[in-house]
Amino acid sequence: MSVLVPTSLVDALQALAEHPDATVLAGGTDLMVELNGGHRRASSVVVVNRVPELCTWRHDPVSRTLRLGAGVTYAQIERDPIASLVPGLAEAARTVGSPQIRHAATIGGNVGTCSPAGDGLPVLSALNAEVELVSAEGVRSVPFSSFMVGPKRTLRGPGELISAITVPVVDGWQGYAKVGVRNAMVIATASAAVVADSRRGTVAIALGSVGPTILRCPEAEAHAMEHADFGERRLAPEVVSHCCELVRLASRPIDDHRSTAAYRRHAVGVLAGRLLRRAFPNE
Amino acid sequence: MSEPSNLVYTLHVNGHASDVRDAWLGESLLYVLRERLGLMGSKGACEQGECGSCSVLVDGELVCSCLVLAAGAVGQQIITIEGVAPAGAPSDVQQAFVDAGAVQCGFCTPGLIMATHSLLERSPEPTEYEIREELSGNICRCTGYGRIIEAVQRVAVARRGAQ
Ligand SMILES: Cc1cc2nc3c(=O)[nH]c(=O)nc-3n(C[C@H](O)[C@H](O)[C@H](O)COP(=O)(O)OP(=O)(O)OC[C@H]3O[C@@H](n4cnc5c(N)ncnc54)[C@H](O)[C@@H]3O)c2cc1C
Ligand code: FES
Ligand code: FES
Repeated sequence: MSVLVPTSLVDALQALAEHPDATVLAGGTDLMVELNGGHRRASSVVVVNRVPELCTWRHDPVSRTLRLGAGVTYAQIERDPIASLVPGLAEAARTVGSPQIRHAATIGGNVGTCSPAGDGLPVLSALNAEVELVSAEGVRSVPFSSFMVGPKRTLRGPGELISAITVPVVDGWQGYAKVGVRNAMVIATASAAVVADSRRGTVAIALGSVGPTILRCPEAEAHAMEHADFGERRLAPEVVSHCCELVRLASRPIDDHRSTAAYRRHAVGVLAGRLLRRAFPNE
Repeated sequence: MSEPSNLVYTLHVNGHASDVRDAWLGESLLYVLRERLGLMGSKGACEQGECGSCSVLVDGELVCSCLVLAAGAVGQQIITIEGVAPAGAPSDVQQAFVDAGAVQCGFCTPGLIMATHSLLERSPEPTEYEIREELSGNICRCTGYGRIIEAVQRVAVARRGAQ
């Protein structure tokens, strides 16, 4: 087994080009569990948490975007200054693991694993985030919704590194909620993110842990948008209830060791309704 | 770029350079600390980041050493419970845990001491809510946490008084 610890992006890409089968290690909070448990073997590991280009973030007020390097941790995202730019993502960050986990866990690792239960992912989906991939051959950018192709399956090719996640800085309300068997240190059995963009007059609803990928709810979104008053932050209770129903219909949950499909379908509707109420507190 | 070798690589632990010899490069930092460097203070229970008993500081950040690839930590500053205070002269946090009765079997204690030092470093006067939140990654099966929280509060009060 070999371990490479590059300290620049150029070196990291060269290491990956020379070892196309290498496993990328960022915070290690997913990968080390698998290595410790013997569920995954790695012939070579490229450690990317010391690559400065991956650990920086930039807010561009002109394009109204936030570019998060893949190595930015959830501990950074849950605090200001990042938290006030993407409050929904910060809310998701606060629910990840424990302080120890959040100090190590990166947004790039969450996207790299791409579990349907990854807490950052519904927010990235609702924000129409772009995933930037870089290799010795060049850079490409993929919408998050097409990047995730199945449970823990992505478009990332061999030799490619996730370099950054870019999200818009949105005017309006955004939030995330999840349910699990307890409050601390829990994997979501169902989760939802809502982004109400008051400038563009759009509502986005994304669901986690209720399908093979993160799911968007086009019918529920359209129904909410049609009836929402963004200025007064008003949405009628019967519209919210109907949206919850449409969200349940859009979910594709399964029974597994964590929960049942029936509970997940019920819960995800409750979560979406709760978030819509927060986005539009007036009836 | 560094490429640690399985023959020998060097970690910086508690201010000293420590050579790790003949190791498999896939070993966790927790394993290397305990089995190769003889530092038995960090405890291992779950080896999957759930219990916090293996907590150490890496470049000043509180992390679970079971989830750190040891060979990947070359060049980083690692502080373990052994590096918190010299033997026989406990830190204020360690003493407060003893005084408050926050130690029963003691298995969780090293991790909680590391977490408490890290918390008080960033937030010298934490609220009870903040203490509970910041220590939520450390599981204790004995105390019920009440006396642990009391110990943290005692240190905060004592440090404020000492200023
Ligand atoms: C106790 C515990 C609790 C947890 N709780 C939660 C939780 O509540 N919510 C949640 O969402 N997750 C949780 N997780 C999972 C994990 O913390 C997150 O998925 C985290 O974001 C992973 O990031 P990392 O940097 O540690 O990834 P790593 O483990 O380093 O990597 C994860 C995967 O992504 C790949 N990868 C990482 N970085 C890159 C990159 N730059 N380019 C290409 N590939 C890359 C790796 O090869 C690997 O396959 C928990 C984990 C533990 C151990
Ligand atoms: S042994 Fe590391 S968290 Fe439990
Ligand atoms: S004192 Fe026994 S686990 Fe905490």
